[in-house]
Amino acid sequence: MPGMTPAPAIVIAGAGECGTRAAFALREEGWDGRVILAGTEPSPPYERPALSKTGELKPICDSGALRQADITFWPGTEAAGLDTAAHVLVLADGRRLPYRSLLLATGARARRPEFGGAPVRVLRTHADSVTLRGRLTPGRRVAVIGGGFIGLELASSAVALGCAVTVIELGPRLMGRAVPARVAAVMAQRHVAAGVDIRCGTGVTGLTQTPSGVTITLAEGGTVEADVVVAGVGAAPETSLAEAAGINTADGIAVDAHFATSAPDVFAAGDCCRYPHPLYGDRPVRLESWRAAQEHGAAAARAMLGGTEPYAGVPWFWTDQHDYTLQVAGLTDTASGEVVRERPDGTEIWFGLADGGRLVAAAAAGPGNSVARDIRLAEMLIARRAAPDPAALADPGVALKSVLRSPVAG
Amino acid sequence: MPQWIAACEADDIDPEDVIPFEHDGSDYAIYRSPDDVYYATDGHCTHEKTLLCDGLVMGGVIECPKHNGRFDYTSGKALGAPVLTDVRTYPTKVLDGTVYIEVG
Repeated sequence: MPGMTPAPAIVIAGAGECGTRAAFALREEGWDGRVILAGTEPSPPYERPALSKTGELKPICDSGALRQADITFWPGTEAAGLDTAAHVLVLADGRRLPYRSLLLATGARARRPEFGGAPVRVLRTHADSVTLRGRLTPGRRVAVIGGGFIGLELASSAVALGCAVTVIELGPRLMGRAVPARVAAVMAQRHVAAGVDIRCGTGVTGLTQTPSGVTITLAEGGTVEADVVVAGVGAAPETSLAEAAGINTADGIAVDAHFATSAPDVFAAGDCCRYPHPLYGDRPVRLESWRAAQEHGAAAARAMLGGTEPYAGVPWFWTDQHDYTLQVAGLTDTASGEVVRERPDGTEIWFGLADGGRLVAAAAAGPGNSVARDIRLAEMLIARRAAPDPAALADPGVALKSVLRSPVAG
Repeated sequence: MPQWIAACEADDIDPEDVIPFEHDGSDYAIYRSPDDVYYATDGHCTHEKTLLCDGLVMGGVIECPKHNGRFDYTSGKALGAPVLTDVRTYPTKVLDGTVYIEVG
């Protein structure tokens, strides 16, 4: 803008769920200065990953909403550097963008295992989704490497599209990182019933392109033949910009409970950050979930405007696989004991208790959204640091809402 | 033409709860408030096509089970991101222990 020296803006690097929510939250919180939302992808802000349904791009907001909120949106904008002393974000095209505050909402990128021999696809961006969906045609053999959320959602979508699917998981069971064994077993059964071939406890040693597809060699011996190989083996936080600027990182951009980084006026939130969680003894956590991204964005916006409330939202996510939904609240690996509620509809709700009886996690899987209400109530109990009576948790005749309202829980 | 449809019995719904109701290919959600007043809205959240009847009712608020979008079910008002559009409400009445909603 020649001839103009506008007051420094609040700049948001990353236009995914977190960055976009932050931009709108700044307006909701009353910031009337400039907001620049810069995304690396060419498309307007969209929800990811977009494979599970029609494969169409699902916008978070349209350009009208951005205009109405007076948010300056720059698609296709890569940042090349960050001068934290000068408060300037340097863009790949050489422009220098001064900021009042900067939010790094750079997200994460899919880890891509390299076996050589044949291509392995991943699912993270809209471009990935379009590429992949074009290959998932009826009758195709699809091998999914990794039995976590993304891998299993991919398996479920591929089956629905008429593919023959094999899931290859290195660990002894599916979703070993974040889901209790008996809840994961419910989902595993659903996959098997849908015709998915699940191979746990086996690594992949190599891929070989053959005239008819790809041969995957398994560490335990044996092979799997596939037309499409796709990996869902986790995501790595996008920290390169912060690292190059000398900002502290440790598998994620290190922030405090206000999403402030080690550099002045630079914040980081969403999948790219690692923050101390007050509900879990300030243990540093890095979350990859829709709701965390949203809530981090809103909380970071408040912090950039001087808010002082630490963020203490209970980690929560869902995954849809076939016609089942799995939901988890809290950090399951902080539990030392468990209580299971067996509901009359056949669904089990798993509660994780810490030493001393505090409820620290809950998880369940069931048809449709049948587990949502109980997990939501459990989440509220977790947020209150409640130590509910285990007998009440186990008894399906005791409404969780009444547990929430009992004085013990308060 | 608006018409009154019998949706359920009054005690089919617990206080501060919601049940689904389907009529003529449309989904509705029928609510009973903590003080025993009955309300009705469209069955689906306005953010995505998720059935609200699987969500949690707290006081006068229904929360979508998927993305936690919240509505005042007495007025249909959307209470903030991610829901931006109000949910449609329908008049209700209770006659001889039966809950009716006016649709059409």
